[in-house]
Amino acid sequence: MTRQLLKGNVAMAEAAIRAGVEAYFGYPITPQSELLEWMAKRMPEEGRAFLQAESEVAAINMVYGAACTGARVMTSTSGPGISLMAEGISYIAGTEVPAVIVDVMRGGPGLGNIAPSQGDYRQVIHGAGHGDFFPLVLAPASVQEAVDLIGEAFDLAEKYRTIVFVVADGSIGQMMEPVSLPEPRPPRRERPDWAVGGAEGRPARRLTSLYLKPEVEEEVNLRLVQRWQAMEANEIRYREYYLDDAEYVVLGFGTAGRVALSAVRAARAEGIKVGLFRPVSLRPFPTEAIRDLAARSKAFLVVEMNGGQMLDDVQAAAQGQVPVRFYGRMGGMVPFPDEVLAEIHALVSEPPTPAEAPRARWLAQMVS
Amino acid sequence: MTVAAPTKPKTTLKMVYQRPEALADTPTHYCPGCTHGVAHRLVAEVIDEMGLREKTIGIAPVGCAVLAYDYFEFDGVEAAHGRAPAMATGIKRVLPDRIVFTYQGDGDLASIGMGEIVHAAARGERITVIFINNAIYGMTGGQMAPTTLPNQITTSSPGGRDVAVQGFPIRMSEILATLDGAAYVVRRSMHDPANIRKAKKAIRLAFEAQVRGLGFSLVELLSTCPTNWKMTPAEAMNWVRDNMVPAYPLGDYKVAPELQKLRV
Ligand SMILES: Cc1ncc(C[n+]2csc(CCOP(=O)(O)OP(=O)(O)O)c2C)c(N)n1
Ligand code: SF4
Repeated sequence: MTRQLLKGNVAMAEAAIRAGVEAYFGYPITPQSELLEWMAKRMPEEGRAFLQAESEVAAINMVYGAACTGARVMTSTSGPGISLMAEGISYIAGTEVPAVIVDVMRGGPGLGNIAPSQGDYRQVIHGAGHGDFFPLVLAPASVQEAVDLIGEAFDLAEKYRTIVFVVADGSIGQMMEPVSLPEPRPPRRERPDWAVGGAEGRPARRLTSLYLKPEVEEEVNLRLVQRWQAMEANEIRYREYYLDDAEYVVLGFGTAGRVALSAVRAARAEGIKVGLFRPVSLRPFPTEAIRDLAARSKAFLVVEMNGGQMLDDVQAAAQGQVPVRFYGRMGGMVPFPDEVLAEIHALVSEPPTPAEAPRARWLAQMVS
Repeated sequence: MTVAAPTKPKTTLKMVYQRPEALADTPTHYCPGCTHGVAHRLVAEVIDEMGLREKTIGIAPVGCAVLAYDYFEFDGVEAAHGRAPAMATGIKRVLPDRIVFTYQGDGDLASIGMGEIVHAAARGERITVIFINNAIYGMTGGQMAPTTLPNQITTSSPGGRDVAVQGFPIRMSEILATLDGAAYVVRRSMHDPANIRKAKKAIRLAFEAQVRGLGFSLVELLSTCPTNWKMTPAEAMNWVRDNMVPAYPLGDYKVAPELQKLRV
């Protein structure tokens, strides 16, 4: 397969087209706009639906409508857009229709800035909207991985009738890397047996997130939990680097994980037995794998481009078996490998104690 | 004793009124004197007459008509509050040969959903909107709507709508008719049989606009909410005639040339 040099946002858009996406609805926002622009050009060429909505609120409800017909549909945005989409996301979840949402994260809160960030972690793992539901969340660390995950996202969304988020930070969206794109898959022609589209020769179908009887809503809730259990059993994804003999483990997802990998390699060259654990599915979270690592390592270092949002999940997974340290950059700042390497050095020279409070220690270091 | 065989009635019965095929055989949850049920029936009759039942997808709003899909024998979905036009857009863009309509109250369409309705109309989205203007929020217990008349008492304007504080009613048909994407925008009333017949004709033309791909179509129906207006059904009908019709003039605000010569 030929490799092409593509910008992350463009590569993700083209990957979606090749995965047979039939409709795209979105609203411009940096750092994801190239994704929308690529769709604007390519979707009509393929005879598929593209529409620039009047807002993210409208965009997600267009996605909702198209999803109810059983079409492969997606949108993309950044944090402020996810905030506006929260309502529609919840309705999609409550109606149990599949959809793919790409979040190219930027600095926040508020208008923040347009630099790369991982500040939406908590927002997306809970799906942003109200009520009990469980979206699948995938986090690529390279343009190639983003392409691969986009392709998988549609299949997973349909398999579990769920929302799948692909969370890329601004650097994945903006950077150019060589990628091989998959062979195009034609859009599916057949429609699932729950989809609306005209009651021709069959009883009318209704798709709703309204269940006025609590006992019926509870059944729906339980079904969502059951699906979530199935996702937890089958869809955990992570990457391991140099972990076989590692005494120290760095944990990070997306760009933070990628930066950390450079630092781990540098530390290995110095003879430090350190490895990297990079969660790819942020939900379901690789809790068991992290617990196993905790049982056989001396210390954890969590690296993120936020204030330690995944840190809490890592600590919960580690169950106090290993002391945990944290290093984060925020507000659109990306850590340099040198900074992470210095943290790895500190892990060895001043090992964390079980009582150490990782966020407090990191904060003292950042604001001193 | 022999019993005589019952004699057949001499007259033959002619069916003059029956449930449209597109209308489900379901007891109503609407209050006595509420015109939601009448509006549902008109939609169902039009869908039947046009032979569209198997091609139609209806979108229920958040409001008293939230369960509208239960009353129809065609496919239906339920939208978030105000977002029905966006959801309709999503459906229509992937299924352009299907008939897609939204059914929305005034709170849904003119307050929280103002953005979605204006942009759907501006894009000339080939959908039909049945807009129920009853000058109040029915489902949540009678709060002020954007269409509430000046001095009208609601639970959130207990002293009557004070335009100096709460602003003025919004005339949606007039606003939407200014948009080039709109093919058919009219206002009718539901307060007596003659007006209801005119309303049905308008609903027919709105769906004709969609079938012909002419653009966005909307029928605003001045409707009752006797429960929250605290009136009897008869008083409510009169209140529509005496108070709403003067504030919301009935008429054709936009009729595409192709529809002007159409006789239905
Ligand atoms: C986001 C959101 N805000 C508020 C509500 C509560 N709510 C339900 S129905 C309604 C008003 C409906 O009024 P209208 O559209 O006029 O319809 P009617 O009930 O009069 O037919 C409101 C505010 C909601 N469901 N969702
Ligand atoms: S509350 Fe008003 S709008 Fe709702 S069903 Fe009753 S009369 Fe109709």
